[in-house]
Amino acid sequence: MTFSELLLIITGIAATIGAYLLARYVQGRYPSFHPILISAGLLIAVIIAADIPLEAYSAGGEWLSMLLGPATVALGVPIYKHREQIAKQLKPIIISIVCGSTLGIVSVAFMLWLLTDSQAIILSMLPKSVSSPISIEITKVLQGVPELAAVFSVCTGLFGSVFGITILHKFGFRDDMSIGLAMGTAAHGIGTARCLANSEEQGSFSGLAMGLAGVITSILFVPIYMWLIP
Amino acid sequence: MYGLLGFFILALFHLVGVWLQHNGNIPLPGNVIGLLLFLAALYMRIVRLEWVEQAAQFLLKHMLLFFIPYVVGIIAFAPLLGEHWFSILVGIGGSTTAVLLTTAWSARRWKSQPLMDATQAQQSFSSPTNKREERML
Repeated sequence: MTFSELLLIITGIAATIGAYLLARYVQGRYPSFHPILISAGLLIAVIIAADIPLEAYSAGGEWLSMLLGPATVALGVPIYKHREQIAKQLKPIIISIVCGSTLGIVSVAFMLWLLTDSQAIILSMLPKSVSSPISIEITKVLQGVPELAAVFSVCTGLFGSVFGITILHKFGFRDDMSIGLAMGTAAHGIGTARCLANSEEQGSFSGLAMGLAGVITSILFVPIYMWLIP
Repeated sequence: MYGLLGFFILALFHLVGVWLQHNGNIPLPGNVIGLLLFLAALYMRIVRLEWVEQAAQFLLKHMLLFFIPYVVGIIAFAPLLGEHWFSILVGIGGSTTAVLLTTAWSARRWKSQPLMDATQAQQSFSSPTNKREERML
């Protein structure tokens, strides 16, 4: 690693943390702004305005997203802390995640079948409700475009994280269990991160739903593989 | 005191998860395998809660930070997304809203009431004083 590469990495990390801190500060004063929209929007604006190649930013950014692995493992702590409550509600947890995950695949297939004729987009968007590492693997087997699947997963998480709680509140869902399970099933890690900002209990249900939805969605795709690939 | 030990344990479980994903042919991402193993270790008291709690709290509090590079990375696909923006927006927005509402609705529909409430309800049903109150209402 040369000195200039090292400098690039440090700059990328520092810029991301700086944008994040600024976004948290703005959110503190205006709670309706979502921190990820502010920080990512700011970074994108700088990258486009200064004509910085994306690879130059990603060199540092990748180091930060590596912490996502230990952070996902850390979800075990709130899940373990609320284990008794989770054990008591195991039936609604399983039923709701299976219903949500199934509808996630079916609704995308139906809507895109009406809207577009691009096979690549349809196949890559089918597993959009699970986090990108899972959606990438599923899309590879479906012979879609893995990079596109990752982008759709992030877009889905972003949509759920930004609008999810507002939508659920509008339809009268206010308890931590319903909100947590819905956010984790629909918007995986980004939705879970949003729930954790609300309450630890909501975050634990969301983290559990995220993990289970990943497992359940992977299983749901097995018959689809058999149908698509004879 | 336990902060650094916690980071070490979490990173270790992630590492084992990634290793198992690549060498065990498990159709799940390494971080989810790591999470499942970590939960098992907590249940079996191999890992104690106080060792990891501080580190976990820090990572979870700032979890959104780790997603920022992924969101910024979307701009690499800007031309394709711009070309199909309508179907992508409707597909993602519509389907995510449907998943949110279905999951929340079915969670509430099948939510089991706490045991305490059930016995209390039965007691109030059979006790004559409450019956009288009910009639008065």
